[in-house]
Amino acid sequence: MTGYSFPHEFPTIDPISFDLIVYGSGLPESLLAAAASSAGKTVLHLDPNPFYGSHFASLPLPSFSSSLQSTPPSPSKTYTDDGSASSSLYHAVDLEHRHVYSEVEFSVSSEPPGSFILDLSGPRVLYCADLMVDLMLRSGASHHVEFKSVERSLFYWEGQLFSVPGSRQDIFTDRSLTLAEKRHLAMLLELVQDHIASCKVPSEEESIPISPENLEIPFSDYLREQKISPKIRTIILYAIALADYDQDCGDTSRKLIKTKEGIERISLYISSHGRFSNAVGSFIYPIYGHGELPQAFCRCAAVKGALYVLRMPVISLLIDKVNNQFKGIRLASGQEIFSQQLVMEPSLTVPSTFLSSFGKEDFYDSNLTSKVAKGICVANGTILQDSSNILVIFPPRSLFSEQLTTVRALQVCSNVAICPSGMFVVYLSTYCDDASLGKDCILGAMRILFEVRDSISHEECVSSNKGVGASKPTLVWCVTYIQELTQASQGAVCSSPMPDGSLDYQTMLKSTMKLFSSMYPEAEFIPATVSR
Amino acid sequence: MHGRPRKPQRAVDAAAATANASKLQDLQSQLIHNHHLRLDFDRYTNEAISVCSKLLEINPEINTAWNYRKFAFQHNLHETTNSEHIKSLVDDELRVVEMALRENPKSYGAWYHRKWIFSQGLADVDFDREFLLLDQLLQADSRNFHGWNYRWFVSKLKDVPDPEELEVSKEMVMTNFSNYSVWHNRSVLLSRLLNNKAEGFFEREGILTKEYGFVHDALAAGSKVQSGWFYHLCLLHQTITPNEISLISSWPPHESALVLSAIRDTGYYFTNTRKLPIVLYFNQTVKGVNSSSVIVNSMLFKNEELVWKPLPPTKSEKAACWVTYLQFPDMKSWEAKVYVIEVKIDHSEAIISSCSGSRSIHPLNFRFTLSLNYDNLEFAESVDELLDWTDVESLGVESNDLVSFDQSKLSEDLVSGFSKWQMQTISGEINLIETLSKENCKFDKLTLARLLIAHNAMLSHKTPVTERQIHFREVLELFDDLVKLDPKHSKYYEDEKSLVLMNQVTFDKKSFSNHCSSSRNYISSKLHLHGCMQLRNLSLTRIGYVERLLWVQVLDLSYNKLRSIEGIEALQLLTCLNLRNNQICSFTALQPLKLLSYLKVLDISFNDIGAHPVDTARYLFSSPSTRSVELDKEFLEDYCRSKVDITNNWEAICLFRDLQLHQLDVKNNAVADKNFRDLLTKALPTLMWLDGERLR
Repeated sequence: MTGYSFPHEFPTIDPISFDLIVYGSGLPESLLAAAASSAGKTVLHLDPNPFYGSHFASLPLPSFSSSLQSTPPSPSKTYTDDGSASSSLYHAVDLEHRHVYSEVEFSVSSEPPGSFILDLSGPRVLYCADLMVDLMLRSGASHHVEFKSVERSLFYWEGQLFSVPGSRQDIFTDRSLTLAEKRHLAMLLELVQDHIASCKVPSEEESIPISPENLEIPFSDYLREQKISPKIRTIILYAIALADYDQDCGDTSRKLIKTKEGIERISLYISSHGRFSNAVGSFIYPIYGHGELPQAFCRCAAVKGALYVLRMPVISLLIDKVNNQFKGIRLASGQEIFSQQLVMEPSLTVPSTFLSSFGKEDFYDSNLTSKVAKGICVANGTILQDSSNILVIFPPRSLFSEQLTTVRALQVCSNVAICPSGMFVVYLSTYCDDASLGKDCILGAMRILFEVRDSISHEECVSSNKGVGASKPTLVWCVTYIQELTQASQGAVCSSPMPDGSLDYQTMLKSTMKLFSSMYPEAEFIPATVSR
Repeated sequence: MHGRPRKPQRAVDAAAATANASKLQDLQSQLIHNHHLRLDFDRYTNEAISVCSKLLEINPEINTAWNYRKFAFQHNLHETTNSEHIKSLVDDELRVVEMALRENPKSYGAWYHRKWIFSQGLADVDFDREFLLLDQLLQADSRNFHGWNYRWFVSKLKDVPDPEELEVSKEMVMTNFSNYSVWHNRSVLLSRLLNNKAEGFFEREGILTKEYGFVHDALAAGSKVQSGWFYHLCLLHQTITPNEISLISSWPPHESALVLSAIRDTGYYFTNTRKLPIVLYFNQTVKGVNSSSVIVNSMLFKNEELVWKPLPPTKSEKAACWVTYLQFPDMKSWEAKVYVIEVKIDHSEAIISSCSGSRSIHPLNFRFTLSLNYDNLEFAESVDELLDWTDVESLGVESNDLVSFDQSKLSEDLVSGFSKWQMQTISGEINLIETLSKENCKFDKLTLARLLIAHNAMLSHKTPVTERQIHFREVLELFDDLVKLDPKHSKYYEDEKSLVLMNQVTFDKKSFSNHCSSSRNYISSKLHLHGCMQLRNLSLTRIGYVERLLWVQVLDLSYNKLRSIEGIEALQLLTCLNLRNNQICSFTALQPLKLLSYLKVLDISFNDIGAHPVDTARYLFSSPSTRSVELDKEFLEDYCRSKVDITNNWEAICLFRDLQLHQLDVKNNAVADKNFRDLLTKALPTLMWLDGERLR
């Protein structure tokens, strides 16, 4: 072995053969590691970074900025390719990095005072009743993470921010709705509950409240048929069912939610409300940020026997020369590790010439957008008095008429230990195809929420008193950027997805589970562990 | 928690359970031992008291232990006068109660003990602590009725003004509006405030309007949340309660001329009992009607001797209908003149409404005359002929009956004492419910029906008949829908529908005249019966609006679905009653008939009496089971001697022995077998005709 240019010695890994190697410790990869370990497979989990989480990590500010801006390392071989026996059997295919973050713009060059921990995957929350929470309870990962409630949800309508009524009690106490609107909203929630209940227990006497034909039509049309007013329809579609795209544009190429899916989402929202007696509202946010979740699952995997090595980059893949099958990896330390299956984090690719040889099946959906426009702001005040963690929804066309996608903003405060007391971090995101339109949407939302002193946009910002409080909080620091979306792919060499643009982990969890069942069809995905 | 079975909090395995059980037994036997010591030695050691505490902490239901504590407490109280010591004693007791409540928050013994301690009035009550305890308990189970009762107790002790409590209840509603107990609490508070006309609450209308606004939010936010609807009903009752008490009907009618005679073309026929009823019917339930609040002036009777009784007779002495009987002296001692009898009710505040606590009464007087016909002083004994009901046909109306109809309704201007606010509120509510209404929501329909009924009652008598008919039809349709929508409560809806039908039939001359009849039957002409009403085939399940029928003497209710005849006791003159082909299922349901002293002819054939072994109405009416009717020993022995088996039919005997029936039909009831007919023959010595056959 020749000398390395790395400042530390790499550990030698033993054994050198595993069932599964996972490279990158984002949430999908950690879930797969935990699932595979629970299923009895031997797992080696590597990450080039000194922290867990990859693109799902929560980082302190300086590291965060550099993660966004880092140029991917060029593949470098710091060891000589000695003609050892292994190299005659295998090709070494170097891994390439791709850009996942682009158009990164900071508002000010100096960082705000105090220590901040920022999510790379934000804005993100968990429903109290969603699959992720159940998974965490089942696997014991819930012992390692604690949560706080997102107490309020607001939505932006006709120039003002209103509270989203999430339960019957909210509807009752809401002062801004008329009696008829209250009745409609309450009736719809009741209808959803009846429908879900009657689907679970099929009975002959009562018919299902919503007919099968109605379940297939777009949800927006169904609501219009029920004579529900535009305001209430907006609340239901964008603030409760959390639709991403404009549901009224009539463009069916975009994802229009069908009634069936709409009902399921509403049901999830309602059943999350009050699931935990000490949680207010339907959503929760982990203390110390979302980076805690991959860590929790890595811990579960380690408990089941997976081997963990951080600060261990992988340089190349080893391909069998004879049958072109994936055989293993070569580490930066020069060590070669062999396995049947590899999972890579999404910013890595192999040169396209080798793609087909792995039998990759892409389930890339070209109908969806390819990018997410994101923003992170630090402010010195809260958007709404007496509330710490708030979700704000800007439905399509509420900011300006070209806004075709929902912009979502999540404010978190010091009670989740990610910023100093009195400061607030706000995450924003929206799907987009065109980077500049996406950024305009983000900036538009920021202007509504904050007093924007510095010109992030190059226009004069007129601070109109449209917010909920008497004065809006001032923006101290912000960054906007574009993140690429990738899809998971299957095969002997799998690729896990980037964080998507939705607010929760449902989609990501489902695609991870699908990936797992393609790798190990007979195994159960993280069965329940007996709690100690 | 409400609706959930009580389970132990922790799963206890068998060994631990037996250990607990033996410990419990040990403690219990110690307690009994100590209790006996108390009786012998009047001694309460500290050890004994601590045994008691331990026992109560495990099982707070042992009332002996609580009583022991009470004795010990009183004993210790006698022994010391040091206030510090007293306070520590009180604290000890309170602490034990709290431990017991932790174990079982619904333990009667524990709650009572706490109240008992406080009512000793020894130490100052720490109200903050009490309210904190209440908050904790009500949070754990928001419908714990013990908690709610205790809240009333503590509020009274602290003398919390009612408006403040009302504010607190509003906050509770804002936290959880689907909690029935919270709304119920509020409705009781509100009623009390409005009835007492407390400070700031005199503006009844303003308060009620605000409350309506409040409950509308609840109804919109949760149309299936029952508690909101019940509160709305409470508000409705408060809205439609008439402001003033007034008389809506009476018998004898104002300005009528009664003639006592045996045979006459017009007039009324009275039996040898020589008593004349005066019936007063008020517009709401009242109490306090007696000879000082209602003055009857005449030369024949002394006012002070009159006794007013409510109909139906209740212990609480509250009713809308009151009766007194005038005993007139022997005919022979009458002079041949006309006596005037005046009935006066004036401003005295003696009569109180039991709905609203109001004492304001519309003063009234009416009068009638009584004269005697000497043509035939000998009353014919009960006429021998059989009354055939089929002869009672609708022939058109006799003018006399119409006059009675008008007279018995006292001036309608007095009746329509409803304010503009009341009318507007009801109309507003109707509009609101109609706009917000959802298909197939039973509460919407029920509330709308009630509102329409209230609206109808408030319409002035100048409203054209067609408009009223529209309302009636709408309400009847609503009740039909409700029966289909909510079959579990169909009996209630049918009863309500019957009331509406009765209202429709009796409210004005035209519809009324369709149901009047005149009997050509010889017997009734001999008996000079007037006021024949025929209400067949209307699917009635009960009767109502009896205040309009006080003058009726012959009533045909056959071919209906009557389950009860409540209200009929107001028809004091009723002589012939036909209940053939109905659904009466027990003799106890016929109990109102006992109050009809003039009843001679009764037909209860083709009913369901005796069909079901269980009489669900048994405890609603007075009977030997409720100890309100005595069957004396001689009476029973008499029956035993006559070899009539009364074990299954004593209700029938209790019913019939007070009546002087002349004709009875009971066939086609499950109970009517040979034994029963023998029993009837014995119980009714005046009976001439049984099931169409002559008896005597």
